[in-house]
Amino acid sequence: MPDTLDITVEFTGGLEMLFSNQRKHAISLPSREEDGNPATIAFLVRYLCQSVMKDRRKELFVLDDTVRPGILVLINDADWELEGEDKYEIQKRDNILFVSTLHGG
Amino acid sequence: MAPSPCARCKVNRALILRPKNHQRLCKPCFIATFEAEIHHTITTNNLFQRGERIAIGASGGKDSTVLASVLKTLNERHDYGLELILLSIDEGIKGYRDDSLETVKRNAVQYGMELCIIGYDELYGWTMDQVVEQVGKKGNCTYCGVFRRQALDRGAAKLGVRHVVTGHNADDVAETVLMNLLRGDLPRLSRSTSIITSMPSAIAPPKASGPGTSGVIGKNTNHGITDVRRSKPLKYAYEKEIVLYAHHKNLDYFSTECIYSPEAFRGSARTLIKNLEKIRPSSILDVVRSGEDMARLVPGNEDAKRCEGACKSTRSNLPSAEEEEEGAGGCGTSGRSTGGEMAAMEAKLLHNDVASAQVLETEITLPARPRPRNGQAHDRHAHTPFTNEPPSAATSSGGQRHDRIDDDTTPTTPRPKSPTKKRSTTHTLPHPPKTQKPAQKMGQCARCGYLSSQSICKACVLLEGLNKSRPKLAIDIQLDAAEEAGRC
Repeated sequence: MPDTLDITVEFTGGLEMLFSNQRKHAISLPSREEDGNPATIAFLVRYLCQSVMKDRRKELFVLDDTVRPGILVLINDADWELEGEDKYEIQKRDNILFVSTLHGG
Repeated sequence: MAPSPCARCKVNRALILRPKNHQRLCKPCFIATFEAEIHHTITTNNLFQRGERIAIGASGGKDSTVLASVLKTLNERHDYGLELILLSIDEGIKGYRDDSLETVKRNAVQYGMELCIIGYDELYGWTMDQVVEQVGKKGNCTYCGVFRRQALDRGAAKLGVRHVVTGHNADDVAETVLMNLLRGDLPRLSRSTSIITSMPSAIAPPKASGPGTSGVIGKNTNHGITDVRRSKPLKYAYEKEIVLYAHHKNLDYFSTECIYSPEAFRGSARTLIKNLEKIRPSSILDVVRSGEDMARLVPGNEDAKRCEGACKSTRSNLPSAEEEEEGAGGCGTSGRSTGGEMAAMEAKLLHNDVASAQVLETEITLPARPRPRNGQAHDRHAHTPFTNEPPSAATSSGGQRHDRIDDDTTPTTPRPKSPTKKRSTTHTLPHPPKTQKPAQKMGQCARCGYLSSQSICKACVLLEGLNKSRPKLAIDIQLDAAEEAGRC
């Protein structure tokens, strides 16, 4: 198994504001978590907070260690609730989309 | 997790989990179902009439973009025979509204709809940037909210349109229901659940002078519009599904935060709703339905008597939009329970308190809604610390809600000097008159003719204050306004 997983992470619905105003991010995610388990969405979210997000307002993305309620997560266009939510094990070339419903027009 | 097939077509892979019933649908089936449900809402509530011109309140955000797209689709599919127009309000905030207006302009092309953009400067002689320059960043949301509430109606009047649809969704309505419950404001709760409201703009012939020096408000009053209806076709649509619909249909929408209240969207009731949804997704519609059920129990509730068609008498039967309007759109940002919006709402609530003190809402709040003084005063203060609890669920706007709670005591009784009273902010708010007039009806603003429970409507009062500070600029404004007039 390779050391990293090349995936695409997208932020829309206003979330891009927290990620350098950039919608699409090509991410090379470590394929294993610190404890050796396969990388999950939960791990990705932690990784994003630590390594990608420059904005200090982490709470606008993550609350109580999970994605803030009101932010939808789509894994290859499918609702993450259909995929095991944050326990989903990330595969190479996955497209993970975070869409905020909290922002206005 | 093994991919599950769509519950409807049984063929495609399910991509969407519907919050209201946990149904798993594929993309085409989700889009079809979503549209079918909006169609159902429209037909069962007789929202539209053939041949009607409808203005879609368009901000370029997800809700109004989805609304425009769905209405266009349904209008063609089911031959509603509607003429759809996009109506946008430009608050005049540089770097905030510009991008979303660009989105609306693209939408107009994409959907082949006429677009009219009306600016605060044109309507009121002030852009929000100018207002902020004048009053500062604190409290400017009050102005924006009050102006915005009237702007859609005035825009519609200008276009000669009698019906405005807005993108309020189920989450917005649920949020409003909860907020009114928390305030114990049943009359408002009753109105806020209505899918149609009426705003009898009853615009009078222009009076000698408009608000303040510019007289801009009175400018567009010759259209003879007496009744602008407001409806919310997305009232039963989950925000989640609206966003998913926009995503799966690749709709072009814009998300932004008002630069004057950048973190407002963290606010209060919205967070509560989203947390409830997380635990039990059906909660949102359940709250909406509960709100409707409670509304029916409110004495004098119009819903029961409502004339469903657009018959002439709707005007007197439909709940007034001015009384109801809140939730989305108060503040330009998310239109949510943003801090700013709450502030705007507070202003309106205060305004309403005055109204109820004057016994406007006859059956509902009749003479001095009896308030047990001591006991209730106690209660109120007992609850005060609770609502004041900062960050977590009920956040940023707690303070403002507070003011409202405190204020609530003023119309009826001289406030008992309470040792527990700690909020000095109350003093800064204008107190409603203690002397109560017997009965006063909803009338028109003496200056601009807009429906108002007071002789001068809130917008004109605010404008008067603003204009006093810069009388010399009036001429410039007139010029601006004339330029703006060419925009539609």
